[in-house]
Amino acid sequence: MSLITTISTWIIPCIILFVLVVATMKKLPTYEIFVEGGKEGIKMAISLLPFLLGMMVSIAILRGSGAMDAMIAFISPFLKAVGVPSEIVPLAAIRPISGTAALSMTTELIKTYGPDSFIGKLASTMQGSTDTTLYILTVYFGAVGIRRMGDALKVGLIADFIGIIASIVIVTIVFSG
Amino acid sequence: MVNLIWAFMAIIGIVYAMFNGTMDNVNQALFESANEAVTLSIGLISVLVFWLGLMRIAEKAGLLRSLTTLFKPLVTRLFPEIPKDHPAMGYILSNFTANLFGLGNAATPMGIKAMEEMKKLSGSDHASRSMITFLVINTSSLTLIPTTVIAIRMQYDSSAPTEIVGTTILATCVTTISAIIVDRLFYMRRVRKNKS
Repeated sequence: MSLITTISTWIIPCIILFVLVVATMKKLPTYEIFVEGGKEGIKMAISLLPFLLGMMVSIAILRGSGAMDAMIAFISPFLKAVGVPSEIVPLAAIRPISGTAALSMTTELIKTYGPDSFIGKLASTMQGSTDTTLYILTVYFGAVGIRRMGDALKVGLIADFIGIIASIVIVTIVFSG
Repeated sequence: MVNLIWAFMAIIGIVYAMFNGTMDNVNQALFESANEAVTLSIGLISVLVFWLGLMRIAEKAGLLRSLTTLFKPLVTRLFPEIPKDHPAMGYILSNFTANLFGLGNAATPMGIKAMEEMKKLSGSDHASRSMITFLVINTSSLTLIPTTVIAIRMQYDSSAPTEIVGTTILATCVTTISAIIVDRLFYMRRVRKNKS
């Protein structure tokens, strides 16, 4: 664990060091290039705002009204039928839609069942092994102004579903012995 | 598709609230989430400015090109549409690398740059084949060390907080590989549709 912590605290400064050393050796005007590139960041963040805001408000309405809980209750039997433990169903359903909601749900499950329980391990694995599909598509397509997403959403959601099943199978095999 | 999903989430929520007396919660959620989105976007400025600045130096110093050369066989297969020495390749690889090390903050700016370069290549506002492949790999998550999850587990006194690293990597591999396969299948379906 200490090795992992060390690596993760050293890596960013080391990348910066490496880039700056190489650029200085090549006699590049590093500071000027940095400022030039950084300017783009402000534009990008501002142009992202409406995309994020729109998506987050819509998700919040769905959650706040209680409709999302109702929908999860509705699809629960289906997920249970394919072998998803009922405690994990809400997390599995929300993982692709909202990152913050999924994280708080994972925390809740770990708190309730204990980090070393089967459910705790499964929630941990599920949280770590996929990302928030809807957020990623919103940010990346939004930032560069892509209006037609093509098959991206469909493929992303199918992959999420496979990921959920994979997590359950793997955690069951690894930790049940 | 995204227009429908977006509108339906809000419509379903509001209609549901009408019949279940949760209209107060909807109002609260509405303004809280709008606030949260602004905070999030403003918070992104620091990260975006810093990493885009640094990446510009890396690009000018030729480091992105070296990264591309290193992984050429792999990425040219994943992204056959992108010319071998195109800057998009460099950004795609930096994004993947940052993701692998769990540097989510650094991954987003590089990913956006990669999308920009890919948009220059396709020159339309439709998602190109490479964009879909790139995003699908991103949504399946490439993290090797799930730091946030480990932190939560430590907080609740796990006897082995890092125990789930192995299962997470395994599950991530399965998800990413299936994502690439599903992406290919959908691409082939598109090609067939266009032919007929």
